[in-house]
Amino acid sequence: MITDAAPIVTARIGNPQSWTLQSYLDNGGYDGVRKALTMDPSEVQQEVLTANLLGRGGAGFEAGKKWGMLAKGETKYLVINGDESEPCTFKDHMLLEEDPHQIIEGTLICAYAIGASQAFIFVRGEFALGLERLSSAVNEAYAFGAIGRNILGSGFSIDLVVHPGAGAYICGEETALLESLEGKRGYPRDKPPWFPAVKGLYSAPTIVNNVETMSNLPWIVTNGGAAFAALGIGRSTGTRLFSVSGHVKRPANYEIEMAKHTFRDLIFDPKLGGGIRNDNQLKAFVPGGVSAPWFGPDQIDMALDQDAVGKAGSMLGSGSVIAMDDTTCMVRAAWRITRFFHRESCGQCTPCREGGGWLDKIMRRIELGQGRESDLDLLLDVCDNIAPGLGWPPQKTTICVLGPSIPSSITSGIKMFRDEFLVHIKDGRCPFA
Amino acid sequence: MPDPIKITVDGKVVEAKPGEMVIAAAERGGTYIPRFCWHPRMRPVGMCRMCLVEVKGPRGFALMPACYVPVADGQEIVTDSPKVKKAQDGVLEFLLINHPLDCPVCDRGGECPLQDQTFAFGPGESRFVEEKRHWAKPIPINPLVALDRERCIQCSRCTRFADEVAGDAMIDFIGRADMTEVNTFPERPFTSNFSGNVVQICPVGALTATPYRFKARPWDLDVVESTCTACAVGCRMALQSSSNRLIRHLGVDSDPVNHGWLCDKGRFSYEQTDNPDRLRTPLVRKDGQLVEASWNEALTAAADGLRRIHDTAGPDAIAVLGGARLPNEDAYAWAKLAKGVIGTDNVDCQMGDGLPAELVLGLPRATIDEACAASAVVLLAPDLKEDLPVFYLRLREAAVDKGLKLIELTPHATGLSRHAEVRLQYRPGEAAAVARAMAATRVPDDGAGGVSAADIGAAAELLAAADSVVIVVGRASLAESGESIADAAGVLAGAMPDARFLSALRRGNVHGALDMGLAPGILPGRVSLDDGRDRFTGAWGHLPEGRGMDAGAILAAAAANTVQGLVLVGADPASDFPDRALAAQALAGAAFTVVVDLFGDGASAAQADVVLPAAGYGERPGTTTNMEGRVTRLGQKVTAPGTSRPDWMIAADLAHRLGGDLGFQTLDDVALEIERLAPAHAGVTPQLLSRPGYRDGVVVPLADGRPTESDRPAESIEVDAQRAHAGSVQPESDPEADAPLEPVAGAADAPAAAPATSRPPLIRYQPGAAAKQAPPIDAYSLRLVAVRTLYDAGALVTRSPSLAALAAGPCLRVNPADLGRMGVTTGDRVRVSSSRRSLVLDVAADPHVLRGSAVLVFNAPGEGAAELIDASQTVTDLRVETVK
Amino acid sequence: MPRLTAENLQRARQLIALYPQPRSALIPILHIVQEQDGWLTPDGMAHAGELLDIDPAEVYGTASFYDMFFTHPVGRHLVSVCTNLACLLNGADELLEHAEARLGVAPGGTTADGQFTLEEVECIAFCGAAPCLAVNWRFFGNIGNEDFDRLVDDLAAGRLADDVPPHGTLNRVRRRVGLSAAAPAPAEDTDAPAQARPS
Ligand SMILES: Cc1cc2nc3c(=O)[nH]c(=O)nc-3n(C[C@H](O)[C@H](O)[C@H](O)COP(=O)(O)O)c2cc1C
Ligand code: SF4
Ligand code: FES
Repeated sequence: MITDAAPIVTARIGNPQSWTLQSYLDNGGYDGVRKALTMDPSEVQQEVLTANLLGRGGAGFEAGKKWGMLAKGETKYLVINGDESEPCTFKDHMLLEEDPHQIIEGTLICAYAIGASQAFIFVRGEFALGLERLSSAVNEAYAFGAIGRNILGSGFSIDLVVHPGAGAYICGEETALLESLEGKRGYPRDKPPWFPAVKGLYSAPTIVNNVETMSNLPWIVTNGGAAFAALGIGRSTGTRLFSVSGHVKRPANYEIEMAKHTFRDLIFDPKLGGGIRNDNQLKAFVPGGVSAPWFGPDQIDMALDQDAVGKAGSMLGSGSVIAMDDTTCMVRAAWRITRFFHRESCGQCTPCREGGGWLDKIMRRIELGQGRESDLDLLLDVCDNIAPGLGWPPQKTTICVLGPSIPSSITSGIKMFRDEFLVHIKDGRCPFA
Repeated sequence: MPDPIKITVDGKVVEAKPGEMVIAAAERGGTYIPRFCWHPRMRPVGMCRMCLVEVKGPRGFALMPACYVPVADGQEIVTDSPKVKKAQDGVLEFLLINHPLDCPVCDRGGECPLQDQTFAFGPGESRFVEEKRHWAKPIPINPLVALDRERCIQCSRCTRFADEVAGDAMIDFIGRADMTEVNTFPERPFTSNFSGNVVQICPVGALTATPYRFKARPWDLDVVESTCTACAVGCRMALQSSSNRLIRHLGVDSDPVNHGWLCDKGRFSYEQTDNPDRLRTPLVRKDGQLVEASWNEALTAAADGLRRIHDTAGPDAIAVLGGARLPNEDAYAWAKLAKGVIGTDNVDCQMGDGLPAELVLGLPRATIDEACAASAVVLLAPDLKEDLPVFYLRLREAAVDKGLKLIELTPHATGLSRHAEVRLQYRPGEAAAVARAMAATRVPDDGAGGVSAADIGAAAELLAAADSVVIVVGRASLAESGESIADAAGVLAGAMPDARFLSALRRGNVHGALDMGLAPGILPGRVSLDDGRDRFTGAWGHLPEGRGMDAGAILAAAAANTVQGLVLVGADPASDFPDRALAAQALAGAAFTVVVDLFGDGASAAQADVVLPAAGYGERPGTTTNMEGRVTRLGQKVTAPGTSRPDWMIAADLAHRLGGDLGFQTLDDVALEIERLAPAHAGVTPQLLSRPGYRDGVVVPLADGRPTESDRPAESIEVDAQRAHAGSVQPESDPEADAPLEPVAGAADAPAAAPATSRPPLIRYQPGAAAKQAPPIDAYSLRLVAVRTLYDAGALVTRSPSLAALAAGPCLRVNPADLGRMGVTTGDRVRVSSSRRSLVLDVAADPHVLRGSAVLVFNAPGEGAAELIDASQTVTDLRVETVK
Repeated sequence: MPRLTAENLQRARQLIALYPQPRSALIPILHIVQEQDGWLTPDGMAHAGELLDIDPAEVYGTASFYDMFFTHPVGRHLVSVCTNLACLLNGADELLEHAEARLGVAPGGTTADGQFTLEEVECIAFCGAAPCLAVNWRFFGNIGNEDFDRLVDDLAAGRLADDVPPHGTLNRVRRRVGLSAAAPAPAEDTDAPAQARPS
């Protein structure tokens, strides 16, 4: 932390055996839910609205508002998104391994606030240790009486299931996640009518929230929504976990107050990223997961504010910042990201399925020295056919926004490093190889 | 009525139906939006993104998939802007980059939506210079369908059809992203009765029909619309021919009937018509051998033989069996010949596998739509998935999607069992006992017929609460007497006076043949011999004295030499009658047998004295009647082989030689006489049926004599698109096509020739006395359940080589507990004995078989159920022993 | 070909009981199949289909969507080298090349002794320790060439057996409580905190 504010979601990380019930209880664990259970569910929701907690899964939608959109119904579900697969995002992974009880407690608070019939935590399948720690924590919480019938003597009952994924990036998209949770191929559902709050798991109204979003709830309930809202600036309240990686000296997750700091702080502050390795020059950075268009050094002083970044044509997304120094081949970087989307497309929408593969092949050709001059226009036009106008929000040329995310790295690369692409083509080889 | 929804498509106002998608509304309004994944009979998925159009929203126009945007009043749609064009071009280009572009060797070439849309909407040339995706190709996904994964555009129509429509999710997408392929589970083919539909709805040439591959190019095909007569559902289909050979059947979307689907038997049965073994000339037995003869010679021989019997033993010594595969007009001609000219009432179009004619004709009838819209349907019926496949699809959809509750009253599990709300799996032969318990004010504590009181109670409760009930009646097991089923149906009819019925009889036009009087005690137009006596004696000259025998009794009489002359019109009792021993005795016993058929070498024809070759499906026009009583037109596309001719002509010729005169010169003569004389058919004229609005036919009797023009649904779009690339189906030409509809002469004001006063009443079913009870079963026996399967040793399958290969030999299915008791398991062979025969059969354990019973497919190739069934008994019990 | 063992069948049934609709248990059950046999055998998939009343083609279609499921045999140790951006920037391509040379197989290949299968994977969310890899989904970070060699030696010698169970074993923690109370939400009555067994 480079501010005075105490950390919220990472407060216990580093404690010995931080993932155990005992350690959690020793540090104020389950006080939040205890308090919540004495309140009316609507009061809990009001606190979250007051806190203006923005979702931490990528889209940044206000959690309290989302809960308010939940359709009426006997059966409602709560699904926690722990699928974290956006490249270079590794915060939920840490939370799952280091503080699973905090996620459980947040989930219980949310379940109580929305009156959920059952809660599911969908954990990315590859997180074996996270799955084991969370499963142990669920066993402990059951035994402790925090999950199950009449939790903590409150009269409220809730069952919580830890559900392992099986390896598919797209299952982080909430409707694909629900399909996967229903035991199917992870195909995003077309919206409308499949807004989960209206028609979600098993067609019942469902709230989907991110693991980090949940992790904030115990603190918010304990300290009050206003205290949370007092942190950060404007609409961006509280703290946020940023995954910093790439060519920084100190790649790690950092929890900092929202909007108070800039990309420069994150990358260069000695307590945070610590600067570029070997003190090289920063060439470019990705501001919010590989789906986001890139920024150059000239944008380094932009605040880590969702709205500001959005206005500048990119997004804070999943909160992962990847720094690339001047030794980086931008064609290779863009190609690698393109290949990721190509492989991870669920395959439903023609533009995403075929366009992703095509772009991958063209980028590969350029990087391997077989590019043609016409390829740049072709790349841009194919990108435009996937996401016309390349605007945000995207046109509905695809069902979900994975498709329109594919062009980000290529269009950024060509816009910012056109010469580098041309050198590859002219020289017939990669100048960095 | 809510206010109509109006949307604007390219500036043109279009009226839309609530809930429909923009793509459908636009098309009805005359704007075709290109598409691949959207199919009007399946749920939209919005996957291919070909249908992108601009839709105006709060933030201005945005590209949206027209197949996934529901219409909303005042909505503005733009389909022709540069932005739309670029988006659609883009999608097409994407689809083509990995497509092999092997159109010249592709079966779909010339009728391929991908090809057409590329031509109509696509960019000029490909900018794709990379290596395409490769798969091994083509691979069979079952014996009828081949898959070329390189051509696949991942629209999921086939996989959705398999899962959503057929309920046979045996094909699925495998893999992810651009390596997604359609495939089956390893070593488990797509064994669906409906697999051919995926070929028809595939928008490219990825799925092709093995029997059709490389047979023709679409632009060489001639087309006519017709109705399938492979079973009694009566699906509308397009017959396609090339060089005067039937080469393909395609489903046509008939809203009240088949929604565009066909079963594989109907789809591939053109091979029967096209079979090179078809009989081309008449045959006459000379010196013990059947030898080719002229029509004159053969007809004279037939007439002489019959006259001899008539003159020596009387008309009752002659019987006419069959007629269920004939068009209505031909069936009528044969009924007139038998009853009016020969004077025998020993006439039956059913082969001991059906229901009493009075029951079929005399119970209040439901339509398929009514059954699907009912609150509950009782299935006192065979496995519809095997017997009436597309009716199964309709009911399944209603049960899965529309809240229809099914109560299954069958002695064995069926394709619909998993969708049934209540299953009453009764001991074979005891359906009526269960029905009585259901109808009783108090269900007996120990249940009935082997079904628990709780289940019967649940069914009774469900029915009591139902607003509308439809009862499907048919023969679940051919080893169970038809009387016991009729008894059960009668009990249900009595208990639920408002219930309506559908008879689940399977033969193609059996309902039409019954309507035309091809049953004992019945005259054309659903009147009884007695009630219609005056009217028909007047018109036909004379009629039989009294009620004749049904098929079972006729065969027994022939075996006992009291019936001496048998005329088999498209009937083959030697293989079709449930009790094969009796059929064989009958054929041996009859002194003189005339066979009218497509083939000269059937089991019964082997015993014939005269064989007359008839024209088959697709070779003659006429009308047919489905299970609902829907009369539709048959199409003719090819000429009959050799000198074979339509059955009605054969009847007329034979009548002449017997000294009578049917009075028919043309097919229309027959049709008009039916309209004039048959009370249920008043108003059903050839002119009416050929009007463009009547492609789905009419359900008889017409209400007030006024037909309603069928409202072709917006969904017929698909058919029309299909037609567009299937070589256009000629609109059925009719000079009056555009003339306004007038009420047709009919029931309301019958013409002078048949004064209204003399119009006899239609049959109403009166349940008879309770049927004979099944005897108690002893602990050492298994009671036989003889079920039908789509692919059996019947003529249609046997004569269609692609289908014949699918018919499996007999295998006795027994509950594992019973098998265990005998110390045998799946794959073993056992000796099975009934009062008739003893056979050695394969066995298989099947937990769905009721303990104490054994299920055997009827008429599987080889010896099986028909050898064992004793038609004189209400049930057939089997002894099963191990063999070493 | 193996179906689920009696014990695993019991586990599968317990999983089904956790969900409002049985098919939700498909992926967890497939993990059990893979834990049992090391890959998804046709019989194992068919058995899963039987338990959930779905066609084996749907099981196969679903399984094949997911990268963690193998419908062909793989080695005892699945070595998954990440080459996505953060790792790429920190030498993942070189690490992968080294891994190929060391194991003698290309990505997708399995060593002749059936010990190792090498694969190149997308980001495994361990970017703070790039370049990184996972063995049977147990993570190892900051991997240089020597680290890789040592890791392979340790794995081959069984020195990491406790931390790295054989391929397919994902979650060794069994849910101990609440299995029967799982399906519909229990009535909101005031029973004593249920199933409060010490863990
Ligand atoms: C392609 C794609 C991938 C996503 N991956 C994740 C993910 O891994 N984790 C996550 O929490 N949200 C992910 N999301 C966002 C979710 O759809 C959803 O918005 C989020 O889980 C809601 O939680 P929140 O409101 O708490 O942020 C993804 C979205 C898309 C379109
Ligand atoms: S955009 Fe891509 S990932 Fe998203 S639904 Fe379409 S094909 Fe699947
Ligand atoms: S037809 Fe609309 S997306 Fe395919």
